[in-house]
Order: sequence, then C-alpha cells, then structure tokens
Amino acid sequence: MGKSLLDKVWEAHAVRELPSGQTQLFIGLHLVHEVTSPQAFQMMREQNLSVPFPDRTFATVDHIIPTDTRQRPYADTQAEGMMSAIEHNCREFGIRFFDASSGHQGIVHVLGPELGLTQPGMTVACGDSHTSTHGALGAVAFGIGTSQVRDVLATQCLAIQRPKVRRIDVDGALRAGVYAKDVTLHIIRRLGVKGGVGYAYEYAGTVLERMTMEERMTVCNMSIEGGARLGYVNPDATTFKYLRGREFAPSAEHFDSAVIWWASMVSDADAPYHDVVRFDGAEIAPTVTWGINPGQAIGVDERIPAPESFPADEREVAEDAYEYMDFKPGRAIRGTRIDVAFIGSCTNGRLSDLREAAKVARRGHVAPHVKALVVPGSQAVAHAAEAEGLHEIFIAAGFEWRLPGCSMCLAMNPDKLVGREVCASSSNRNFKGRQGSPSGRTLLMSPAMVAAAALEGAVVDVREMLK
Amino acid sequence: MSELQRITHVTGRPIPLRGNDIDTDRIIPARYMKAVTFEGMGQYAFYDARFDADGHSKGHVMDDPRFEAKGPRVALVNKNFGCGSSREHAPQALHRWGIKAIVGESFADIFFGNCVALGIPCVTASEADMLYLMLAVEEDPAHDLTVDLQGMQVTYRDKVYPITLPAGVRSQLLEGTWDATRTLLQVQQQVRQTAARLPYVSGFRR
Repeated sequence: MGKSLLDKVWEAHAVRELPSGQTQLFIGLHLVHEVTSPQAFQMMREQNLSVPFPDRTFATVDHIIPTDTRQRPYADTQAEGMMSAIEHNCREFGIRFFDASSGHQGIVHVLGPELGLTQPGMTVACGDSHTSTHGALGAVAFGIGTSQVRDVLATQCLAIQRPKVRRIDVDGALRAGVYAKDVTLHIIRRLGVKGGVGYAYEYAGTVLERMTMEERMTVCNMSIEGGARLGYVNPDATTFKYLRGREFAPSAEHFDSAVIWWASMVSDADAPYHDVVRFDGAEIAPTVTWGINPGQAIGVDERIPAPESFPADEREVAEDAYEYMDFKPGRAIRGTRIDVAFIGSCTNGRLSDLREAAKVARRGHVAPHVKALVVPGSQAVAHAAEAEGLHEIFIAAGFEWRLPGCSMCLAMNPDKLVGREVCASSSNRNFKGRQGSPSGRTLLMSPAMVAAAALEGAVVDVREMLK
Repeated sequence: MSELQRITHVTGRPIPLRGNDIDTDRIIPARYMKAVTFEGMGQYAFYDARFDADGHSKGHVMDDPRFEAKGPRVALVNKNFGCGSSREHAPQALHRWGIKAIVGESFADIFFGNCVALGIPCVTASEADMLYLMLAVEEDPAHDLTVDLQGMQVTYRDKVYPITLPAGVRSQLLEGTWDATRTLLQVQQQVRQTAARLPYVSGFRR
C-alpha cells in the first residue's frame, strides 16, 4: 500500500507519537501576523521561554494595516498598539519581520508562496485559518490558535492529531468565465461547511493539474470554509517552475536536489484515502453566495433555494440567512443590487486575480452608487500590477487602488461596510458581520464577477460581459 | 510554567447557545480583537448577537435573567460550533465570560484544539440527547449541570446523558497535561534530530 503526501510529510516531521494519540510534529515554516501573536509572545515572556529556531519563523503585518496611508502613528490607536507590539516582539525574539518598509509586506498567505518560503513537503503553521492556502505548493499547512503559536515559537512543534485524507477529483475542463474561486465555492456547496471536519482535502484531477499556482492557492485557501483544516495539491512541474528563482527557494545550485525530494513526497498511485469525491469541471458555473456561510452558494443563473431543499440540519441556518440577508427563497441572485465591491484578500488578491478583474474593469465604469476597492495582496503584487498598468485600468474605471493588506475581508482596519450595505467580495467569508458592519451583507464570488458587479451595480454573469 | 491542572469534571449552570455552524466571527467580532491581551474579551462574547448598534440588549439568552448565574457555566451547542477563523479570542471570550466546558453535537477542528489548550473540555453528545438536554435546560435552567470526564457522562436534574471525547484529549484533561508546551519541550534533542533529517532545513545543501 502506498502513501499519500499527507502520510509522507507527517512521517518525515513526526518527532514522536504522544501518549494522547497526537503527534509531536516539527513545523518547517511558522508565519506570524500582528493579531494572533501578541498574547503568544507575552506567554513566552511570562513562562521564560526562548525561540530555538528563530530562522524558521517570519512575521508580517496584514490584518490591521490601513490601505489608504502608511503614516505612523496610525489613526486607530489600537492598530498602532498592535503594530508596535509586533515590531517589539520580533526584535526581542530575533524574528524576521516584513514591515511596510521592507518591500515584502503583505497578506501572510500571499507572501509565503511568493517569497518561496513555502515549499513542497513542508509543514506550515500560522495563527490564521487560511494557512491552508500554502497547501497549493504541496505543503501540509494549517491554522492554529494563539496558545499553539506560543508552542511553535517555544518548541518549533505542535501536538496535533493526524487528519483523515479525502481526495477531491475535479475532472474535465472549466468553461470560459469560470475560475478557481467558482471551483472552491462549488465544492463547499456540495460537501457542506462541516463536511471536511477531521479531514485533509487532497485536490486532484485534470482541472487542478491545469491550474496555475495562484489558482491552486485560491482552492486550497478555502478548504477551511468546507471544514477541512488543510488542503493540498501534489507538487508537479508547475510547482517547481513557480518556485525557481524565488528569494527563499533553494538556490540554483541545489534546486535539482530539492526537486528530487519534493517529487518523492507526491502521493503514490496506490495511496489510501478515506474516501474520494468526484466533480465534473464542466458543470461548474460562476458561483455566488446568497447566505451567511460559504456553503450557501448557487450558480449565478440559479435562484435562492427553498427551505425544503436543505437537509434538516441546514434548514435553520438557511432560515436565519433569508432573514439576515433579506432575501426570499425563489428569488434570482442575479440582479441583486450591490453597494460595495471588494477585490483582494488571501483568497483572491494575487496578480492573476487582478488581471482577470482588470479585463472586466476596462470595459466600463463603476456604477455611480457603488464604492469599489482593489487591495493587492502584497507589496510585490502591487508592484507587479503597477508595472503592467493594471492600477491605471482600475482607477480609470472608478475603482480605488489601495495599499496591500487584508482590508475589507475582515475589516479590522478602516475599510468596513456601513449598515446594511451589500458587498460583492472576492474574499472567503460571508459570515454575519464579517465585513465590519454587524448588519452588513456579503456575496462571495470570483474577482472577475466582483468587477462585473461593480460596473453593473448589481450581480451579473461575467460570461456575458466577456462575450 | 503553570502548575498541572487536572480537569476531571466541570459543574456549573448550563447556557444553551442554539444553532448549527456558529462561526468564531459571531463568537467574537473581529473589531474586538484589536487588543494585545485577552483580558476583557469576556464582555464581547457574542456581542453582535446580544447587543444592537446602540449597545442595547437584544434579549439574547446570555442576558436573559432566567439564565443568569454566578460561577462556572457549561455551554450547550449544536453542530460544527466554532467554525471559521482560528482566533483563540473566541474560546478566550467564552472562558472569560464564565464558560468552563461545552457540550455539543460537533465542533470545528481548530476551535476544538484551541479549547483543549485552555483546558475547556468540548464533549460530544448525540443529536437526540442534545435536543432533550437543551429543552430540559430551557424549561428549568436553575440547576447545576455536571460534565464528568471520568464517567463520560453529563448529568442534569438526575438524568444522565452519555458523552464522547477523543481518548487522548480526555487523558490530557484528566492528567492535567492539556497545556502542550511542557510536553513538547521534553525532547529537544529529538526535535533537533528531526530537523536535521529534513533536507530543506539546510536549504538542500547537504
């Protein structure tokens, strides 16, 4: 019997099996941001702990950073406090910090891959649930809490239960106007927001094989929205090519031996899976969420489902969603008026996302009643986009071109919805209050669909705009 | 490092928090995470479900006088509780509000692990038992509920409900080894050996 990538990575990083049945797992890359780390550093001080592997942790600032100005001190004194804390903590514990002056600042899940810090066969942990993103490179990557951030700082290890592995095959080919975001929303819609609890998702099939690294990141990013703490794609030639020449990737001299090891971590043909789920890529439409969790999603041509169409344990959440969103079952999602359009986040804030959105944006102008924001995922993404003139396309079309950060994905900075506003968003969560207004409403969709909605002032089918 | 704290049982007044797929943004809205300590998080637990924009109570169960009690509390929840963001602020807020154990149908992975790290048992009961238990509590909330990790049962008003908890987590709580740092620090030499075997740690130079 062969082994899956998860099995191989787990065994290579297992320090020992613990009496609890958990594994003491070595963490190859630890990423830190300002929101979930200050208490961990404080615990380190209180417990008199030091960092044994300081060069395996990297920090940046993304959640609270304003996207309009980088002037210090920040207007928000709490944000300024968090920024000062991470600066101080990184200095004190000898951790490399990519701040706004480094040229490398950005959303932690954008910069890990883009700097070549994330590599195949690694274990990656970060105090952020979207750490699953890094699985796109064939890493075993998952989110942790703050006490576990302390554990990784202090020991470079975690005590953790090995997950079951579900392979998700997406075969066939995607239709034009259908993107990686639609693939992941479709999977979550079908398998549910709790379907993946206890699982790692191994994404495979021709659709995933043909995807670029950035598209795979979008899919892996949202594994957690389906309940799976981690998701990954087996590394292949696309992965190796992506990594070559990146700042923290193995040097040219050692790259070939790296590729040999990376390739050895790929799932064997006879690897065991707990189960296998198959999707046909051709059946996936541009997908939009209508409710209060990412599983409440439909094709843009569909109508909001009736309560009877849900299994019993999802019906109450659906009823809650109709009320919160003020949407009635049977209503078309297309034509839903929006107030705000947000393009960015660790799900869809990379260069290829901005390119796809710009292809739409260049066809018109943002509707007068819509506030539209484009927030690049990192300084490197912003720089590359500006070199191509994408920012000019967005600005000419009436979008605001902002500085990198998490921004309106979770609205810990000044970018927030107001009141009952409806936001077409390329982010990952449509939870109640997620975008900063306790009564604000979020419709998740691909960046191209967000750009199309911004121009139209309402949800539209991007395929028609691209004709 | 803190003293070992063994958790064999939790007794306290129950508080039903109904609903499937309750995410951690709902347990603690992100705007209350802009603090460098967890102190004071308790007052923001379920804030937007409890208070309107002017800070007036919406009559949430956590503010219902019928469910008011001093001392430790035990939350009763449904399926996939704590999904979404990995924020430890969520269990920290619940813990500081008074919740020392949670009984539910199922829990999200990261939330469950964060609770273990704080010594909050998240135990699972069947859907039918949760239905019955929540109704029993809502009908007459003024009694203590006990979560017994040795006998693996919940008791409320003389009725007993079987519960489950992964054996490893149960032993960590019973033995007081739920705070993992101490355990992980025991084998630093082995950690260095594991690192040395991983070719990427040396940049594939060996």
